[in-house]
Amino acid sequence: MSDAAVTRRSRIKSGTAWLGLPPVLAVILGLIALWYVAVVPMNVQETLTRAERAGVAVTPATAVDRRDAGNWALVLGNTHALGESWSLDRPRLPAPHQVVTELYESTWVEETTGRRGLVRSGSFSNRGLIHHALVTLNATLVGFLIGTTLGIVLAVGIVHSRVMDMSVMPWAIVSQTIPIVALAPMIIVVLYSVGVQGLLPKAVISAYLSFFPVVVGMVKGLRSPDGMQMDLMRTYNASTLAVLFKLRLPASVPYLFASLKIAVAASLVGAIVGELPVQKGGLGARMLAGSYYGQTAQIWAALFLAAGLAALLVWAIAAIEQRTLRRMGMTP
Amino acid sequence: MTAPLPKVDAQGTPAQVSDQIVIQASHLDLTFETADGPVHALKDVSLDVPKGAFVSFIGPSGCGKTTFLRCIAALETPTGGALTVNGMSADEARRARAYGYVFQAAGLYPWRTIGRNIALPLEIMGFSKQDQAERIAKVLDLVELSGFEKKYPWQLSGGMQQRASIARALAFDADLLLMDEPFGALDEIVRDRLNEEVLRLWAKTSKTIAFVTHSIPEAVYLSTHIVVMSPRPGRITDVIESPLPAERPLDIRDTPEFIEIAHRVREGLRAGYGE
Repeated sequence: MSDAAVTRRSRIKSGTAWLGLPPVLAVILGLIALWYVAVVPMNVQETLTRAERAGVAVTPATAVDRRDAGNWALVLGNTHALGESWSLDRPRLPAPHQVVTELYESTWVEETTGRRGLVRSGSFSNRGLIHHALVTLNATLVGFLIGTTLGIVLAVGIVHSRVMDMSVMPWAIVSQTIPIVALAPMIIVVLYSVGVQGLLPKAVISAYLSFFPVVVGMVKGLRSPDGMQMDLMRTYNASTLAVLFKLRLPASVPYLFASLKIAVAASLVGAIVGELPVQKGGLGARMLAGSYYGQTAQIWAALFLAAGLAALLVWAIAAIEQRTLRRMGMTP
Repeated sequence: MTAPLPKVDAQGTPAQVSDQIVIQASHLDLTFETADGPVHALKDVSLDVPKGAFVSFIGPSGCGKTTFLRCIAALETPTGGALTVNGMSADEARRARAYGYVFQAAGLYPWRTIGRNIALPLEIMGFSKQDQAERIAKVLDLVELSGFEKKYPWQLSGGMQQRASIARALAFDADLLLMDEPFGALDEIVRDRLNEEVLRLWAKTSKTIAFVTHSIPEAVYLSTHIVVMSPRPGRITDVIESPLPAERPLDIRDTPEFIEIAHRVREGLRAGYGE
């Protein structure tokens, strides 16, 4: 058994593997506690309006006067009227349990009991979050594949052609400095005018964001073999293609996977941004709809699902990396 | 159990060294232009290496021994003089895959097994699968790594990796073997063992070997010819033709003849510093 595996086993057996957990839990619980506290001043305007309607004495007495007062001043002046802060219909900042409830209702409850849910209609409900998550995931994965392929091709070109080395890299960097939120509608409009709509424009935006980390990582990886390795290839009189396939590409695999993790997260962001102008489903569209109708819990629920999706994708890449490196013999 | 070395002939020189000249350098110059001014890595180097010889290059750092080896391998281009390998220019010889090169580090690919690592030059040179398998087995047997074909480099010790690297250089049957301080990074015990093994390989395969080393005992023990070089500018100070017999157990290092040659090498090195 390898050293790392032995260490891991012994740590789990003696219980020290879980030593890192209490600090992490403490931080998470601290953050949630902070969140609950933050809800109060964020929602104070709405809370006091409700309290006023229910007949509780509030200072200042009218909503017009309250509008100009500072949030904390209102909180401190009306501590008896803040009970509703965590259960408002249209909160500025939904409480954690509200977000969790919304998440649960949009996924499990919707699919199992909703009229258009999975159980009743055989397909995911388009009012539920799962359908939207799949729409986003679709665009993310297609864009990721396009971006990765483009990135690898560009990297191979940059490493082998001096002209490409000097001309492509600056443009690639410039392309990433343009705010994607501004560029996305332009890409969608341009592609729509040539008749391309639906999945592909979003995939293009995803590819746009994900090709750059792959280019940078692959260029580094393709250049990683040292002088001695290149000399060895020269002594065999190996062709450039042989050097590429036998030396450069295998040597660049660890660098590629590091870039892929960044690229897949960037690809997800691209897909979400690409949904904002068109709003034909997806987590981005869902977040925007939530903001239009004041359903902040919906926004947060979609946000958490997107974050969870990103974590899942990065974890998947890491798992593939482990397996690939083991098969290549580069890790025990 | 190592295979026995060939019998010594009447004159006490190895029977395989012939008169045919394999490497011929005449008035070779190599000057590097650096920011600090020109560096004369090689100046007026002339040497004839006969077929089947085991030539050691010894000298302090910066004397040009590695540079000279790299010129033979066409990894560097001389700025003056002439160099022929097997009767053609060094680069033509490189393109004809006339030599195997062993570096100081083993340089095995971590993503390939030992067997596939040895197959690397064979794949590039287009040998058939059947041929590759035979050659890998033969050459692993030669360096005594027979059971290790499916292992990965990280599973082998430094000495074993270097043996695998030597096996890789032998796989495609080039007549010339160029070795650049291959045992420099290994401990003395392994070094002794590998020295014996190289000598046995040389006797068995009858190759011409050019061997760069820092170590005087190693140079004297292994070679038929010892080329002493000195730095600034890199030049040959002395060429010693070794009178030692071909059959050399490690004990020969304690004999007076050995010590005399080592003394002569040391004198040559000191003379290089004195100038």
